[in-house]
Amino acid sequence: MGEKSFQLFPEAASSIAGQVDGLYAYLVLVSAFFSLLIAFLVVFFAIKYRRKNDEIPKPADEHSIGGMVLEIVWSIIPLGLSLIMFAWGASIFFTESRPPADAMEIFVVGKQWMWKVQHNEGAREINELHVPVNRNIRLTLTSEDVIHDFAVPAFRTKTDVLPGRYTTEWFRPTKVGAYHLFCMEYCGTKHSGMIGTVYVMNEADYNAWLGAGSGEGSMAEQGESLFNQLGCGTCHPSAMNKQNGRCPNLNGLFGTTVVLKDGSKVRADESYIRESVLYPQARIVAGYDDIMPTFKGLVTEDGLLKLVEYVKSLGPKNGTESSATAAPTQTSSSPQAPARPAGPARAGNQ
Amino acid sequence: MITATPPVETKKNYLNQTEGLKSWLLTHDHKRIAILYLLGLIFFFAIGGVFAALIRLELATPAGDLVESNTYNKLFTMHGIIMVFLFLVPSIPAMLGNFLIPLMIGAKDVAFPRVNLLSWYIYVVGGLFVLVALLMGGVDTGWTFYTPFSSSYSNGYVVATGLGVLIGGFSSILTGLNFIVTIHRMRAPGLTWFRLPLFVWAHYATSMLQVLGTPVIAVTLFLLVLERGLHIGFFDPAYGGDPVLFQHMFWFYSHPAVYIMILPSMGVVTEIVTTFSWKKPFGYTFIAFSSIAIAVFGFIVWGHHLFVSGQSAYAGMVFSILSYVVAIPSAIKVFNWTATMYKGSVRATAPMLYALGFIGLFTIGGLTGLFLASLGMDVHLTDSYFVIAHFHYVMVGGAIMGFMGGIHLWWPKIFGRMYSEAWARVAAIIIFIGFNLTFFPQFILGYMGMPRRYHVYPPEFQVLNVLSSAGASILGLGYLIPVCYLVWSLKYGPVAPPNPWGATGLEWQTSSPPPTENFEVTPVVTQEAYTYTSEEVVHVG
Amino acid sequence: MASHAADTHADPHVVSTIQHHFESADQQKDASTIGMWVFLVTEVMFFGGMFLAYFVYRQAYPAAFASASNNTSLLIGAANTTVLICSSLTMALAVRSAAVGKKNLIVLFLILTLLLGGTFLGVKAYEYHDKWVRHEVPGHNFDCRDESGKACIDAGHTPLFFALYFGMTGLHATHMIVGVGIILFLISQARKGAYGPAWHTPVELFGLYWHFVDIVWIFLFPLLYLIDRSAVPK
Repeated sequence: MGEKSFQLFPEAASSIAGQVDGLYAYLVLVSAFFSLLIAFLVVFFAIKYRRKNDEIPKPADEHSIGGMVLEIVWSIIPLGLSLIMFAWGASIFFTESRPPADAMEIFVVGKQWMWKVQHNEGAREINELHVPVNRNIRLTLTSEDVIHDFAVPAFRTKTDVLPGRYTTEWFRPTKVGAYHLFCMEYCGTKHSGMIGTVYVMNEADYNAWLGAGSGEGSMAEQGESLFNQLGCGTCHPSAMNKQNGRCPNLNGLFGTTVVLKDGSKVRADESYIRESVLYPQARIVAGYDDIMPTFKGLVTEDGLLKLVEYVKSLGPKNGTESSATAAPTQTSSSPQAPARPAGPARAGNQ
Repeated sequence: MITATPPVETKKNYLNQTEGLKSWLLTHDHKRIAILYLLGLIFFFAIGGVFAALIRLELATPAGDLVESNTYNKLFTMHGIIMVFLFLVPSIPAMLGNFLIPLMIGAKDVAFPRVNLLSWYIYVVGGLFVLVALLMGGVDTGWTFYTPFSSSYSNGYVVATGLGVLIGGFSSILTGLNFIVTIHRMRAPGLTWFRLPLFVWAHYATSMLQVLGTPVIAVTLFLLVLERGLHIGFFDPAYGGDPVLFQHMFWFYSHPAVYIMILPSMGVVTEIVTTFSWKKPFGYTFIAFSSIAIAVFGFIVWGHHLFVSGQSAYAGMVFSILSYVVAIPSAIKVFNWTATMYKGSVRATAPMLYALGFIGLFTIGGLTGLFLASLGMDVHLTDSYFVIAHFHYVMVGGAIMGFMGGIHLWWPKIFGRMYSEAWARVAAIIIFIGFNLTFFPQFILGYMGMPRRYHVYPPEFQVLNVLSSAGASILGLGYLIPVCYLVWSLKYGPVAPPNPWGATGLEWQTSSPPPTENFEVTPVVTQEAYTYTSEEVVHVG
Repeated sequence: MASHAADTHADPHVVSTIQHHFESADQQKDASTIGMWVFLVTEVMFFGGMFLAYFVYRQAYPAAFASASNNTSLLIGAANTTVLICSSLTMALAVRSAAVGKKNLIVLFLILTLLLGGTFLGVKAYEYHDKWVRHEVPGHNFDCRDESGKACIDAGHTPLFFALYFGMTGLHATHMIVGVGIILFLISQARKGAYGPAWHTPVELFGLYWHFVDIVWIFLFPLLYLIDRSAVPK
């Protein structure tokens, strides 16, 4: 990235940055107007109506200005200007809260004091994130310890990264280049060292970079091998195997609505899968007993993400509804999971 | 026409009525308790200020070359905790409020003088906990104590500091309780609600916040202390808890807390602006009710601190729009103060300079709050230096300027002496300049993306940081000057008349300093507040 | 600090003092009463924080809460509730006795309140000890089990229930201990004849406090003891 020269404004490198900057301009204009107006009036009045020495002032008139009318005017106008600020900001936020269905997924695990990034195709990075330009990118993030925050000022976006939960952030990079990545939630001693770089590359360069990746297989593939390693397959039917009836079938599960033992319903999203592995008794599926042991302490956050991706890969073929907030529902590979070539052709399907 | 007659020097007043340390430490007199608070406030402000100086010194260079990271983290944490809980929250209410409210309403004291003294002792104990924790090594969680870092990862003295803040909170609760009862029940005959000085209205609203909000942070810190001590998972996911719940509970108090910090200051500004415009406030009723509105709405906007925390987007929308609603009453006040000056008889005395500075700086601070209330904008700006600039504009450019203005306005009343007007104006101007130089560059840094609580930062941020640090040195100098001339005035300043400014208000109808029982005869109020008549004109030296 | 006696024509033995900063006995009584009510409001907010945490976690982990709450003893909880409600009755009777000037009855009812309050605390202490022995105190030794010895459901989250149990009942018990201390003071004052029809504000205001503590328990009891008794999934 090299030494940046002194700037007063950050680069705009994402599709939302322009809108955010536009809103900023409006806010700055309104603020400058009112600040200067008040400052001017206050100074002007202090000078114009200053008491001259030895002067005996008359008590001011009762109704020197139309009181009530003014009060209403200067309540309504600020309220109106404020509502524009609200609506504009809310609209941007709404867009930011809804990752597009075709977004490419990347997984991030934050821990004191580094970022571990895992691409769906298997490539891994530390404190760096390589992404292709002009593609929608969705990050699923979690923390191994305390709250962090994955922030890219050039993209004008950030989200807190929480332990015990998944959060989501999406963006569409529009400019090739290298941009700051900061942890922006105080997290201890080396909080200011938990920084990195986001490299936005053109398509060809990105594919080349991806191809040189770790060779361990995609997230879903790694998840499958972890699934077998942990013995999940002894109870849970997976790739079209015959059910033995003791454990819920994971085929076609992801994204559907599950009915629980106490009658309540829950969506089988990333958080549900994660919770089921760590706290299996919290939500028991109707018709099943609470025989699943907990895997807390036996699987890391990275491992959990891989398992989630594996289960996602077993999900319904045609994908399901998108959620309002954090949990995305898309699968990025077909239900017949096992050996699939990791490669550029897969990126961006469905 | 000059009406002031200097009081007889040896007349008994609350300062010299009784002597000896015990008569101060066991006093029931609200005026002496106010002085006791003042001593504590100066002490803690000095410590918090030293930490600020060290922070700005470190940040003059991108590398962490002054202190190591752990120390830096403790510096900004302790700066925040001390400034918020041990200085700003008590500052105006416990000092100026305590001194003035009984005088302003024509009462002999607050409703519960012994509880008032207890409040001070609780403040001292809370402060001592924090001080001891500091001396043992301090805490590094940020003043916001977010979990699970504070509950399970920090190596600092979280329990001691948390207890200190918890205990100090009770001081605030009791002060608020005392004021509510006092204002309700101890007003002089004829003093109806709408004849009260707006300073009193502001404190009534503040007291509502103190009484309703502070217990919530007390219980939050209590749970944090339990969690840290006993590894119970209230807020740590490793034990089944939810760290975002901590944030909700923390901010449920801490947002109203910022209104606790600003409302009293707004009350001071109203008093100063009316006095030195020699004109009744424009829109008395609107100003009075805007204080109440701020207090009420202040309780339902806390979620704007959690926009990127993982809170639901719909909750975000609700909190965002409410945050705009709460801004309107503050805007009303600013316009009303400005309109008060129109066709008034304005004197640019030191208190007035502070008040005018407040109006300008609070306007900027409040407007930048609107940036943060806008969801899409906040996603970019939160956790950056923009937030730091915003809250220092309202807290320092606002609340502290108001405090300084109030100290100057009522100094003659409290201590019976006049200070040097020339030096006071110089200091006010230096503070104004130093403040802006310190914090305006931080808005730019924030939009650029410089994160807050960063010990080291990328080199392209250095120029603005250097400007900011330079400003801080000017600001620090500015705060030192009043210490000098105010202390000097205690012994050498001209003796003050009862009403040096020609102000209205019952506190000016008694001697400077007042006698212990405040008034020789209980006043009876027969006219509206802020009734300026020609006979009240007095020259300022 | 100067104070002066008020008119106490009703009972010549009771002399109420008006503190120097008040203009009249009425003003003093009003101020004290408003003060106590404001204080109770702060207490509502104080307990409210923990009630909030309870509701949030109960909603998030219903299975854990149902399973864990079944380990509380319904019998003991109900008995303690009865004891506390009775103590509110005796307290109200103490206030009434003061209002009609029956000094011996004031002392009697205050002592009864004290005994009932003490019983409650004693039973609570027993419950806490029992929980300690059964490994239901969150921490390293935590191991929640039901009567048959089977582990509580969703063991990862059951400590939350117990943490809230101890936090909420502990805070409540602390308030009761303070109350017990104040009752002792009131008893000693009542025996000296300090309270009568003309002035018995401390008894009245303490009564408010005691009733408040009782009401908090009346919310705690169903939330901690009664919920989900029949809804534990098998």
